[in-house]
Amino acid sequence: MLIITCPYCGPRPEIEFSHGGEAHIARPLNPAALNADQWTDFLYLRTNTKGVHAERWRHLHGCARFFNALRDTTTDKILTTYRTGAPRPDLEGLTP
Amino acid sequence: MAEPLTMAMPDLQLGLSPAQPLVRFNLRCREADVAACSEALRLDLPTRPCTSAENGGRSALWLGPDEWLILTSDQDDPSSHLTATMGDRFFSWVDIRARQVGLVLTGPESARRLNTGCPLDLDLKAFPIGMCTRTVFAKAEIVLWRREVQSFHIEVWRSFAPYLKGMLAAAG
Ligand SMILES: [Zn+2]
Repeated sequence: MLIITCPYCGPRPEIEFSHGGEAHIARPLNPAALNADQWTDFLYLRTNTKGVHAERWRHLHGCARFFNALRDTTTDKILTTYRTGAPRPDLEGLTP
Repeated sequence: MAEPLTMAMPDLQLGLSPAQPLVRFNLRCREADVAACSEALRLDLPTRPCTSAENGGRSALWLGPDEWLILTSDQDDPSSHLTATMGDRFFSWVDIRARQVGLVLTGPESARRLNTGCPLDLDLKAFPIGMCTRTVFAKAEIVLWRREVQSFHIEVWRSFAPYLKGMLAAAG
């Protein structure tokens, strides 16, 4: 079983978590001003990264908070986790 | 509301018994209002993750950075005092006594039995007395609270209680 480190609760078993899709996608401040293509970009188009991917996780059966993680999609290794609202951490200094 | 038949009787062999009559509330409030809320409840709401606090029969269990489970006796209802004291502050206070039940699991086998369905490290060093958390036991979500070295308080949704008891019994 994978161990995921919740920024609030610490290292916890993966079955307590749910995945929440790509992180750092800001909701448009004025959706009505967007055309259909821009709205499609926001709603559906994701980077589908091979390698280090910033994504949202939720500690559903724990503190219930959303947070962000950097995960290598080729190895499934989670490099770090950080709170929602914090900037994406630099990869420098993170052991792969 | 009638307790499910399977929960009404303590299971001595399993060391499982219903918790003393308790009422339970779910509290959500902002960080800035924790002090006011604590004062209104006469209870220091814990802000360190997965810790609990008790005072005069009332207990507060940290569930999240802005969420607590409040347990108290069925003779006690802090609701009106809390509402009056908090005034214009925003908070959420929900009576969940009908949603979930409390069970006490006691005995030298309790941690091992819990670990058949719950992957947390229940060693006393990793999960000391007073620690509490929402987690899972098999397919049921529970709140687990260690009261003594060999005694755990478990909160579980009412409809999952017979399932929880069955799974604990199956753990041998
Ligand atoms: Zn958590």
